[in-house]
Amino acid sequence: MGKTLFDKIWDAHIVEDVGPGTQVLYIDRHFIHEVTSPQAFDGLRKRGIPVFSTAQTIATADHNVPTVNQHLPIEEPLSRHQVDMLTQNCAEFGVELFGLGHPNQGIVHVIGPELGLTRPGMTIVCGDSHTSTHGAFGTVAFGIGTSQVEQVLATQCLLQSKPLRMRINIEGTLSKGVLSKDIILYIISKLTTSGGNGYFVEYAGSAIRSLSMEARMTICNMSIEMGARGGLIAPDEVTFDYLKGRPHAPAGQAWDEALRYWKSLYSDEDALFDKEYHFRAEDIGPMVTYGTNPGMGLVVDQHIPDAETLPGVEKALTYMGLQEKQAMLGQKIDYVFIGSCTNSRIEDLRLVADFVKGKEKASHVAVFVVPGSKQVEHQAKAEGLDQIFAAAGFEFREPGCSACLGMNEDKIPKGAYCVSTSNRNFEGRQGPGARTILASPLTAAAAAIAGNIVDVRTFLH
Amino acid sequence: MDKFTTLNSTAVPLPIEDIDTDQIIPARFLKATTREGFGDNLFRDWRYTQGEQPNADFVLNNPRYRGQILVAGRNFGCGSSREHAAWAIYDYGFRAVVSSFYADIFRGNALNNGLLPVQVSPAFLDQIFRHIEQDPSTHFTIDLQAQQISIAGTELSEHFDIDPYKKTCMINGYDDIDYLLNKRSQIETFEKQHQIY
Ligand code: SF4
Repeated sequence: MGKTLFDKIWDAHIVEDVGPGTQVLYIDRHFIHEVTSPQAFDGLRKRGIPVFSTAQTIATADHNVPTVNQHLPIEEPLSRHQVDMLTQNCAEFGVELFGLGHPNQGIVHVIGPELGLTRPGMTIVCGDSHTSTHGAFGTVAFGIGTSQVEQVLATQCLLQSKPLRMRINIEGTLSKGVLSKDIILYIISKLTTSGGNGYFVEYAGSAIRSLSMEARMTICNMSIEMGARGGLIAPDEVTFDYLKGRPHAPAGQAWDEALRYWKSLYSDEDALFDKEYHFRAEDIGPMVTYGTNPGMGLVVDQHIPDAETLPGVEKALTYMGLQEKQAMLGQKIDYVFIGSCTNSRIEDLRLVADFVKGKEKASHVAVFVVPGSKQVEHQAKAEGLDQIFAAAGFEFREPGCSACLGMNEDKIPKGAYCVSTSNRNFEGRQGPGARTILASPLTAAAAAIAGNIVDVRTFLH
Repeated sequence: MDKFTTLNSTAVPLPIEDIDTDQIIPARFLKATTREGFGDNLFRDWRYTQGEQPNADFVLNNPRYRGQILVAGRNFGCGSSREHAAWAIYDYGFRAVVSSFYADIFRGNALNNGLLPVQVSPAFLDQIFRHIEQDPSTHFTIDLQAQQISIAGTELSEHFDIDPYKKTCMINGYDDIDYLLNKRSQIETFEKQHQIY
């Protein structure tokens, strides 16, 4: 019987089977950042052991960094301390760090792919749940806790039980104005936030194949929001074209060898999945969320459901200050955040700039655009996107996680509505009392201009 | 890691589904660089009002409910992978969580910190909630060796599953790193034949 893509990669990394259901899994690449690593380095220090493989470990500062004046010392003392700890730990243990001011600095899930550190067939982990992003390259990538960060630092391995396999097929052609963010929000709204629990998801079908690498990353990124351990997409020409020439991608003969291997990474025709779903691209419209988890989403022209039909909706609507059966269209908003590891890459910024060119934001809305990395920031400036943003009244910042989780100063005030291209609309995620509406970069840009929720499709004729 | 064998305690009910780790410990409290002290901010935004006054409606502020067992609705611990969530629950004084379903990463994080995630059937979870509601002094016994949770003073009990390796770790207070460090030679052998493209 054939193997799934997931099985091919996972099985090639089993060091040892140890007892029922548990395996020692070898990790090819380990990304670390300032928030979930200090206690892990501390653990190594207490045990008196080094980092097992510094060459496979890469660090960046992203979660806690300010997005203005990055050339100045961080003002907030606790954030500064955490970033300083990362610098010290990396120096002490010999780990390469893309810290503040480094040309490669950025959100960990943005820089890995853009530097060619993320490549097909790898196992990749990071102390961050959105590590699933890297699955877009045909990798087995998943988030881990700090104790596991310590395990990988200490041994380059993890003890794991193998997840089940799910495949989600999306066939057909997306309508104009519908982006990959809408695909994943649509899937989660159908499968719920626990529908993927225990599974590793492969995304397949013609609608997926037609997406760019960056759009694929957006989909894999949010796999965790349906509870899946991770998500992945089989590598193809789109993947190889993206990788070719990246700083850490193989070159010359090594490239040819790698390519031969990468081309073997697909699910065999007769491979069996534990669960399979089918969706049609034509059914998907621009999505927005109305509640306090990413599963509470709908196509923008639909109405909020009857609170009695779904558990938790009433509580969510009270927090959100919305009514059951209410239309989302026309809902007034206060902030727009374009950023996060879901949608802060150059393509996202180009789409937004293209849409807002010659337009101006609604006067009551504050808009900030936070690039995913230093490289994205530079590229955006080189293309003059920063000028377009400035003319539209959008504030273009420096890279970091920013208002995705509000660990730095970038918080949404209590009660304010924020259309956000990030991935989580949990209570307080963007600041205590903040009300998050998740959407695609296009829907977010359109909301910024209109000052309320609009259907971006009506602008694209 | 502390050992876990048997726990006999009253329980604190939190009958809400899909409790995410941002609620368990909000991101702004993740700036600490040690594992201790997170209990003070456990469920911070539910526990305190915006004016930082204890919210009398929240169960942790209700003197009726005490104990080392937290009982929560299904899909507990979804969202962010922050292990700080498990640290906060443990630091507050809980030793076990009972729910009908856990998010994967949270389950792993809990087990790595000596906090036992007990998964019961939805029907049994309802029974537990009902018993706490009727009498908050009801005791529950979690016997890890026997993999059983029972409601004191009743015939009611249920078997729960746990990975056998993890069970051994919990009972003996071992962690995965101790185990993996002993695998060093196997890991090195593996590396020799493993190609990263
Ligand atoms: S951008 Fe948001 S989701 Fe992504 S790594 Fe940063 S905090 Fe996590």
